[in-house]
Amino acid sequence: MKKEVMESYWKSNVRLVLILLFVWFSVSFLAGIVFLDFLNQFRLFGYKLGFWFSTQGSIYAFVILIFFYAWCMNKIDERHGVEEK
Amino acid sequence: MTAQELTYLFVGLTFALYIAIAIASRSSSTGEFYVAGGHVNPIANGAATAADWMSAASFLSMAGIIAFEGADGARYLMGWTGGYVLLALLFAPYLRKFGKYTVPDFVGDRYYSQTARLVAVVCVIFISFTYVAGQMRGVGIVFSRFLEVDINTGVIIGMGIVFFYSVLGGMKGITYTQVAQYCVLIFAYLVPAIYISIIMTGNPVPMLGLGSTLEGDSSIFLLDRLDGLTDELGMKIFTESNKSMIDMFFITAALMAGTAGLPHVIVRFFTVPRVRDARISAAYALVFIALLYTTAPAVAAFARINIIENIDSVSYSELPQWFKRWEEAGLLAWMDKNGDGDVQYRGGAAFSPAKPIYSDKRGVNGERELINEGAPGPNELYIDRDIIVLAHPEIAKLPDWVVALVAAGGLAAALSTAAGLLLVISTAIAHDLLKKTLVPKISEKQELLCARYAAAVAVLVAGLFGINPPGFVAEVVAFAFGLAAATFFPVIFLGIFYKKMNKEAAISAMVTGLIFTSSYIVYFKFINPSANTEANWWFGISPEGIGTLGMILSFFVALLVSRFTPSPSAEIQALVEDIRVPVNTLGKS
Repeated sequence: MKKEVMESYWKSNVRLVLILLFVWFSVSFLAGIVFLDFLNQFRLFGYKLGFWFSTQGSIYAFVILIFFYAWCMNKIDERHGVEEK
Repeated sequence: MTAQELTYLFVGLTFALYIAIAIASRSSSTGEFYVAGGHVNPIANGAATAADWMSAASFLSMAGIIAFEGADGARYLMGWTGGYVLLALLFAPYLRKFGKYTVPDFVGDRYYSQTARLVAVVCVIFISFTYVAGQMRGVGIVFSRFLEVDINTGVIIGMGIVFFYSVLGGMKGITYTQVAQYCVLIFAYLVPAIYISIIMTGNPVPMLGLGSTLEGDSSIFLLDRLDGLTDELGMKIFTESNKSMIDMFFITAALMAGTAGLPHVIVRFFTVPRVRDARISAAYALVFIALLYTTAPAVAAFARINIIENIDSVSYSELPQWFKRWEEAGLLAWMDKNGDGDVQYRGGAAFSPAKPIYSDKRGVNGERELINEGAPGPNELYIDRDIIVLAHPEIAKLPDWVVALVAAGGLAAALSTAAGLLLVISTAIAHDLLKKTLVPKISEKQELLCARYAAAVAVLVAGLFGINPPGFVAEVVAFAFGLAAATFFPVIFLGIFYKKMNKEAAISAMVTGLIFTSSYIVYFKFINPSANTEANWWFGISPEGIGTLGMILSFFVALLVSRFTPSPSAEIQALVEDIRVPVNTLGKS
């Protein structure tokens, strides 16, 4: 396998992971903890918004993040010709 | 049929199912015993991971913690699910590509060091035993309350079942029993939640019901009602946070990194055929887990309202039956401090010490008399939070079969996790300790036999823990997560993402994380428990969250040491490059 292909593959991989981890951090640590009280002044039906993020929203986001990651990585694998048979 | 007969029926049927599956999927090689031969379908692996992960703590205790702590309980919700994002993005695909059997295997091979492997083995065994002890307490509670057998008999029956399918079936047997156990436990969790959600809000989806208005009074949201009730009774307001932000932050981070570093969870990703299966399998696992975790806060809020409305200001003689049954089980207690014969459920502790100590006499109202000293403040009621999930169906007056179902679900949760942990322990002993360190010459057949013996011994030790639960079980759970976060997380992460990471750095990082985290926890939990208050904590971080600081320290030490020590050999660097891509790059198979 060529060195350049491998480097570009790893770079795309790390970039994707960094973007997704930023979202991961935002929905849990930021929305669910740091800005909890601030978000609690808004409402989502009967939920205070901060409370919703910390008990519901962050978990839904985590699920979506992993599916999205798996889907993107398969694309990145194919683009670099390293997909498994 | 009575509730008890139904419980016997459900528990009996599910146990028969687990045994049948174990017989159908026996292991005949070490590969099958350790990682089910690597042939597990990713969705099945997702369900097995979910059952493996969701323990008695998730099933029995979590909703109870949220019911009493409200918004602060979210640290467990976020921490125990967010860890899967780290696991899926940073560990699972690469460890699958690495393709060996255990976490110590990775540490030992990647860091070309037997010392590193041994440190990892010690951490694995410690973390796993800590965890198993907790499962056994869960099994004991379910048996003693629902089947009215002695706790010891309950533990022995539970151990017998686990013994049968883990020793015989190994990972292969465990995987398929865990899939069945997941189905049992999620059904048992959702049915009562849906039932109660319909009764209280008219909405059959508990996650939506929690954000809805009350059935019969559409002018008030359920959560507002609960906030109002808790405020009125001088308790912490349900949806408001009381813990300091920094502590919430550190605890959540420790739980997340700890989850990603727990050996019994990581090993599940060695069982799927390909790297892409490991990625998607983590996603399925989290879907299965999220189903329970997003329901838990709804169960918690419904239960809290029901308890307050059924108990507060009711005279003891008119209390519902369930109250007296749980009082007999020693998990509820009432002290009539103002002598009016009514139960006052208010904020603050009812008495000290906080756990009830019963005398064998009865009080004037027929309640179990306590030797505890009454605490100042109006609260007269003690409720053990572990009973919320088990008692709630009765509190909400659901039919008997639902009550029986919950007992079977609680057992499924405890047994599936116990089996996964016991397997990790036996693998660590037979594979990492014997085969890879002490007696490398043993044949595969002997190794398999050793693994079965090790599983059998581990089952017995765990059974002893269950019969004589060490008083410190609850305290050491923070230990398991803190240690996993401070030892395994940095070493696995850097092993994959930092090619120059070497043996010296890995060993010093693990040892630093281990010593720092355990000293902090041991000091505050065992040596000087009275000092365990916010004023004495470093930077306001409780022992529960110290693993995060240990992890940061461990990362720092690793990066520093790797600067001043020689880089790993070209061969090791090639190994790292190889695990980063799904296909083989080393030119050999």
